[in-house]
Parts: sequence; structure tokens; C-alpha cells
Amino acid sequence: MSDKRVVRVEVNGAWYDGLVEPRRTLSDFLREDLDLTGTHVACENGFCGNCNVLLDGETVRSCLMFAVQADGRSLTTVEGLAEPDGTLGRLQQAFHDNHGLQCGFCTPAMLLTAHEYLEAYPDGGTDEQIREAISGVICRCTGYQHIVESIRAAAGGGA
Amino acid sequence: MSIAEQDPNAAKVARETAGTETPRRWLGKSLNRVEDPRFLRGQGRYLDDIKLPGMLHAAVLGSPHAHAKIISIDTSKAEALPGVVRVVTGKDVAEHAAPLPSFGAGPIVQDMIAIEKVRHYGETVAAVIAENRYIAEDACDLIEVVYEQLPVVLDPVAAREEGSALVHEALETNTAYERTFSFGEVDRAFEDADRSVTANLYWPRSTGMPMDTNGAIGDYDPGTGVVTIHANSMNFTYFLWLIAGSLKIPAGKLRLVPVVAGGSFGSKFFMHKVPTFAGFLSMLVGKPVKYVEDRRTHITNNDHCGSDRRYEASLAFDDDGEFKALRISCIDDYGAYLQFGTGTHGNALSQIVGPYRIQHVEYSLAAVLTNKNQQGAYRGFGAEVSNWILERLVDLAARDLDLDRVEIRRRNLIPAGSFPYRTPTGNIYDSGNYQGVLAKVLEDVDYDHWVEYRAKARAEGRHVGIGVVASQERSVFSSTEFWFWFDDPQFTPTSSPESASVRIGPTGEIVVTLHSQSMWGNSPETVVSQVLAEEFDVDPASVVVNYADSQNALPGTGPGGSRYTVMVAGAVAGASSELKDKIRRIASDKLEVAEADLEFRDGGVGVVGVPDRHLMLADIAMTAYMFRLDLPPDMPSGLAAHCTYDHPLTTLPNADRSDLGIFYPFVGHAWHIAVIEVDIETGKLEFLRYAAVHDAGTIVNPRTLDGQVIGGTVQGLGTALYEEILYDDLGRVRNESFEHYHLPSSMDAPSITVGHQETPSPYTAYGIKGAGEGGRMLAPAIMSAAIEDALSPYGVTVTSLPISAEQIVEWATGTRSD
Repeated sequence: MSDKRVVRVEVNGAWYDGLVEPRRTLSDFLREDLDLTGTHVACENGFCGNCNVLLDGETVRSCLMFAVQADGRSLTTVEGLAEPDGTLGRLQQAFHDNHGLQCGFCTPAMLLTAHEYLEAYPDGGTDEQIREAISGVICRCTGYQHIVESIRAAAGGGA
Repeated sequence: MSIAEQDPNAAKVARETAGTETPRRWLGKSLNRVEDPRFLRGQGRYLDDIKLPGMLHAAVLGSPHAHAKIISIDTSKAEALPGVVRVVTGKDVAEHAAPLPSFGAGPIVQDMIAIEKVRHYGETVAAVIAENRYIAEDACDLIEVVYEQLPVVLDPVAAREEGSALVHEALETNTAYERTFSFGEVDRAFEDADRSVTANLYWPRSTGMPMDTNGAIGDYDPGTGVVTIHANSMNFTYFLWLIAGSLKIPAGKLRLVPVVAGGSFGSKFFMHKVPTFAGFLSMLVGKPVKYVEDRRTHITNNDHCGSDRRYEASLAFDDDGEFKALRISCIDDYGAYLQFGTGTHGNALSQIVGPYRIQHVEYSLAAVLTNKNQQGAYRGFGAEVSNWILERLVDLAARDLDLDRVEIRRRNLIPAGSFPYRTPTGNIYDSGNYQGVLAKVLEDVDYDHWVEYRAKARAEGRHVGIGVVASQERSVFSSTEFWFWFDDPQFTPTSSPESASVRIGPTGEIVVTLHSQSMWGNSPETVVSQVLAEEFDVDPASVVVNYADSQNALPGTGPGGSRYTVMVAGAVAGASSELKDKIRRIASDKLEVAEADLEFRDGGVGVVGVPDRHLMLADIAMTAYMFRLDLPPDMPSGLAAHCTYDHPLTTLPNADRSDLGIFYPFVGHAWHIAVIEVDIETGKLEFLRYAAVHDAGTIVNPRTLDGQVIGGTVQGLGTALYEEILYDDLGRVRNESFEHYHLPSSMDAPSITVGHQETPSPYTAYGIKGAGEGGRMLAPAIMSAAIEDALSPYGVTVTSLPISAEQIVEWATGTRSD
């Protein structure tokens, strides 16, 4: 194994240091080293998008990035979406109110992907645009319809 | 018609919960799910999120061959890698463990690691336990296995021929099971009928493919000898005690802990290999060991492929469209093992005639073993396939008669007044109003409008098609489907109960314990909270739900076959009834009124018609726990009740199996209508309209039911259009990642209008029927019908799935572009 490297990243507003092998994926770093297990890995080769996190505000596949590539950068994971007291954020509440989740496994990635979308389209855009925006995240439970409705509802609340 | 006796306890529950004089307070409302918040915050605690102190990690080496003898395994380089704790092979399994459980007959033995030979691509040949998963996977690459390749058995038809290579030599054949069931006078009905249609149909091997793969953590305690296994299986108290047999430990020393699963769709139904494996590895090293399948292993080695069936099927009917008889012959490619026997065909026999008045049925099955990953459960459990077969035949009959596809179905529907209705196989349909569902779906979708629209579009040269299909949705299995196949079955379970423990603590909070499952995307916590709210008029969000581990659990079965909502509602209602009796007695004493004058309202008990004479549950509970001398004299302390709720209505098959008995009697009904437009240049489909109407009896939560219908439908679209596990000529899986196994995305899924009709079951608590699988039972049939209709100018008949874009282009243009 090659030598370990120091990684320093900002996650949900707090800075973390880590000592990792260069091959350590960002998803493993978040999940195992920082105990932020809300980021989920489902295919490990970039197709399902379940591991999406926000890197400087843009979605990335955390299973396809190495932790060292995130050095010095700012990440948002699902753990950063609720209020510190656990109160659900607006998008989370919209998913709750519109049955936008069943098993919950893809939900963190869906939320973060929707978050990025609503930053760009605060009025929610069209259903077609919402569907395109989340098309890189696979959900096996919902058939997507209630997710689309959740995102539209969150936009209605002034995302 | 006389129907067999209902289970007495279930009959009491049905009677007590049937009341519809007063509107229900909490059932039937689209409440937000109580499960949601923790998942929305990323606090779901799935299997791979759990860390135990000192935990090691395992990875497996899968076979690169579909059929080969294992000549030798050299583990020395792997063992030398720093961080590796132990390398495990079939030799360890042969020495220390017993085979995995199987309900198939005959010597079809599966071990958690292959011992002498591998029987499918990806089958485990070795495992590495290491400090972390990276090292474990590195070490797998260092294991050197010498194989002697054997002839590969892939075609289930050729596999039946004399001289074929054998998947299991001890069985002396690849046909693991073969039988013909006959109900009624099928030959005569075919002779007497005016017409018949026959089709050769193929249903491809696909799989549930949850986002969260199967995983387990074994945690062996050398001090007590207890093996604790945390697993994301769906069933913990049904048959998972068989794991103790595989591990060669007393069943009492096995403790299975339910862990939330990120989806199952059948792939975690009676999931035994992964938890057994994790337990075994932990016993070998005396430390906790986590094993989670990666996606590739899940696809190639998860034991849960869906059906893979070749059919010859015929429907006999008269000139006026009246169906007379059905004859079905199936060769089912079960893969390398037969863990559930042929239960997936037993399941189909529960609703083989669909919603139609067909009196005579013949059903032949040959279950064949090949060198493929074995079948398990997939949403529908075989009935989704038989529904596709039946609806294909009905569409062919309509075409043969030049009769409208709605009209031919309407003429054959079982009339509303004939329930409970006994089907030819012996299973009953408890209740229904199929004409009502049909009328509603036609109205919801404005069918006549779309018929006109199609005519105009066709005149413009566009390819618009309409699909209209119906389905039954049987719910709540009683287990006989697994064994009525045999005249002399070895193991004949008929008890598949569900249990609930309801406790009202001293401060009045309700805590309910469920005894068989982990939450996996269904809504067990919301269901039981709504039922308890209905019974006690408390805020459903205040109910606390937990899950018993197997050492603390009462009898249970777990979800599967759309049974959980019905069964857990019955168990919770039964326990609530007992608690309510006790609470009424205490309140009657305290309020000095007759019990009959009391009602449960506003989080407590009050005198009917007297708003200010009311006690909160907390007042009563504190008395029940702390003030024995204030209780009625013969009453023990506490407020806890347990109910084991048996299958409400099931009977045994008869000796010659001309009557399979009642085994799947709570039967919903649904219709879907889809309008699509096909681009014949690209094969792309556009949904112009998709409407569904389901009747699942009394609805607990309309919005979560919609979620099941929509999700199941989109999964069925995947089966219809995209999904198939592909094997090359050597039996190697060609699409072992999501790059080549396409799951429906948000761009593939239509927007679906869901409507409901409620025809309660007379036999279940509150009249609920199960409804977790209906969408997938209808979608393959509707896509077949709609595409066939859109391509009708080309005389297309859909006889196999998935219907690829390339196939559509080929049908329409005669050219193929793949």
C-alpha cells in the first residue's frame, strides 16, 4: 500500500482532518472515517448516483472520487440539510409531506441532487426539468413520481 | 357457498374491527409516514452503517466459470498480505458447517462456499477476512484457484435431454421436478369450445435489484456460545432458525437482529446465505465480521433471480367471447439450486384464472436446473408471470374474434354477487366488485377520448397504442404453495402467523414490538401507528415501534406475498382488544360507570356523551403499573398484551391435489390503462396517459398505497422494457453492473394516475387486503398490449420480454440496429 496522505475537508460547515490511503474513496472517507453514514453506496461505479454529495455546491459521485481529491474543499452531505436540532429542512419536509421516499436508501442523494437543482431553478421549473435533474439517481422503490411532486412542493415553498 | 371455518381468533378480530357505523378516525388517511424523519436526516442505520468494536471485514472470490471442478486452491499469497486475518474456503465449510436450507426435493445441496465444484458464474469459492474491505478484496485477487471446466448447462430445454451434463450429479437429472395438475375437465372443454388460441411465450430472468445489497454482521460470543447476526433479511422468525442448522449450533444460541434494509422486492425474502456466511466467518475468527455484497456479487450470486420461464399456453373460448378453459405448460429455468422448491408456481395457481370465469385449468411444470444463479423471490413471486401469460392470451383471443379488448374482458369478469368465489384450483377470492373497478378506470382515463385520439393519430401516420389489462392481486400466503406439489411432502407448514406486543407504559405512551421483520421500504411503523391510533384515538406520531430479535420474538413470518399490512393489523388489533378490555375495567371502576358506556377518545377513555368525564391513558396506566390496590381485585399489574394472529382463512389441499385448498384468499383487483406513442425510428416510447385503479379492500393509508402501486408499476416497466440478466455461451453474466443492467430512471417512468375502490375483505382486520405487488403484476402485460397495439400496422405479436427499443425498430422497419 502506498503512503497515507493528510486530507483536510470542510463537511457541513465543520473542518475535518484525515489520514488516508490515496485510493480511499470519498464515500468511504465520509462513511467510515467521519462516521457520516447518511451517504450511501449502491453500485460503486458511478451509475446509480446514490452516493451523490455536494462538492462546493455541485453534485459529485462520492464513490468515484478519492478522498484526497476533496482536500481543501467544501462538502455538503445529507447530515447538513436539517437544522442542528433535527428539524427537517424545507426540502426534507416536502419529501416527508409528499411521500417522496420508501426505503430511504437513495433519499440522501435525491435530496442533495434536488437541492442543487433548486438552487438553479428556484421556481421549480417543469416536471420534465425535475425528472431530467434527478435522472442520474436511481430509486428502485418510488417510481419517482412522488419525488418529483416533493421537489415541486419544495419549490412552491420558495426554495 | 360454504367456505371452510375461519380461524377463531382471526374471526373475532374481523368481527371487532368490521364496524363501519362511525367513520374511522385514523385509518384511511394519508398521514405522513412515521418512519420518514430518520431516513430524511441520513440516520437510517442500514447494515453497512453499523460498526461493532473490533469488527473485521470480509470479501468473497466468485467463480469465473459457470460449471467447473475445483482442483486446488492456493491461499498462501493471500494469507501473507498484511492485514489479512484468515482465508476461508470450501474446506472450512465442509469441516465446520452444514449445507444451506432448501425446500426443494432431492439431493440438491448448496453450501455457502462451493466445496467440490462451482455451479454458476460468481458462486463463492473463497472468502477473506481482513482488517478492512480494501485489504480483503486485495487478498481475494491473490488466491489461486485451479479449475477443471465442465460442460455448461444453459438451455433448460436441452438440459432435460438424455446425455446432458448434470448440474447435480446426485440428482441424476436436471429436471428437479415435473408434474401436471388438472382442475375440471380440460380436454373436453377444449374440444367443446368454438375456438382457441395458443402462444409460446418467454419471460426473462431479472431480479429485484434493491439499492441496498444483502449484508450481515456475524458476532460470535465465545463466552456464551451465542452467535448474534445482524442482517437486513426480511424474515427473522419464520425459517431463519434453519441458519442454526447450517452453523451446527443449537437454535437457541442463534440471535438474529433485524436491521433496516434499503429495499428488497423479494431479494431479501428468507435471505439466508449472507447471514449464515457472516455468522460462520465470525465463529472462525471469534470476532465480529461484516459481509456486504458489492453490486457485482449481488447480481451474480445473490440467489434471488426472478422467474425465467418458457410457456406454451392456450385459452379456449366460444364465438361470443366466453372463456372456457386454460392450458398452461411451463419449463422454468431455476438455475443452480432450488431453495424454495416450486413455490413460485404454487403462488401462480392461487389466481391462475385471473378475474375471469374460467372453469377448467391444466397446469404443467418442469422445473429445470442450469448453471445460473438460482431463483429466489421477486415481487409477484410467480403470479406476475402467470398474469402476463393470461392477459397475453386474452389479447390474442380478442384479436382472433375481432372483439374489443375491454369488451372481451368485461364479458368474462366474475360477477359482483358471487363472492366468496371458489376458483378451479380450490383457492377462493374473498370479495370483489370487478365491474366497479373497470368502470372507474375507463372513466378516470376517459377511454373513449383516447380511442378517438388513436384513430386520428394513426390517420396522421403516428404510432399510438392503447393497452388495457386487468389483474388479481392475491395477498397473504399460508405456505401450502410450497408443498402441495408433493403427494408425500416432507415438511408441511400451514402456520404463517404474525405477532404484535403492545405495551402502554406507566406514563401512557404506547410501545409496540413487531416480531418478524426489519423495515425495508414498506411502512410497518406507519401501519401499526395508524391501527393503534384508530383503536385508542392517540396521535400516531406518538407511538413507538421496535423490532424484536429472534431470541425475544413471538411467532412471525415477515413480509412477502403482500401479507404484512393485513397480518400485522390483525395482530395489533388483537392485542389492542385485550388491552382495551383491561383499560375499560379500570376506567369503569374509577369513573363509576358501566363499561358499555365508555369509549376511547382523545388519548384516553371517556363516558359516551359526557365530554368532561374522561381519563387519559397516562392516568389509567400509572394506576395499572403502580397502584395495585386501586385495581379491580383480580387484576394483575401492568398494561401489556401480546397477540399471535394466525392466517385467517386457509385449508388443506386434498389427497389427489384436484383441490389445492384455500391458500391465498384475500384477493385485490386492478385495471391499468396506458396510452403510448412509439417512435419507430428509434424505438423510443412516450407515455401519453397511464391510469391505474386498484381495489385492495379497506385502505390504511391512501398515499403509501399509491406509492406501492406506482413503484411496483415502474418496476414492472423495467421488466417489460429493459431488464434481463444476460449470460454468454459459457454461462458468464454479461451485465454485472448498472452500466449494462438498465434500471428505470426518472426519465423512463410515466406519471401515473392512481384511483382506488374499497371492497373490504370479510375475513381480515378492518377488511384490509395486501397490495404490495399489484403494479408489477400489471405493467408487463400493459406494455405488451400497448406496444402491440401501437405497432398493429405491422402485425406484431409480443411473445417475449423485455421489449427493447431495437426490437421495436426491427418490427416496424425490418432492420436491426444493435
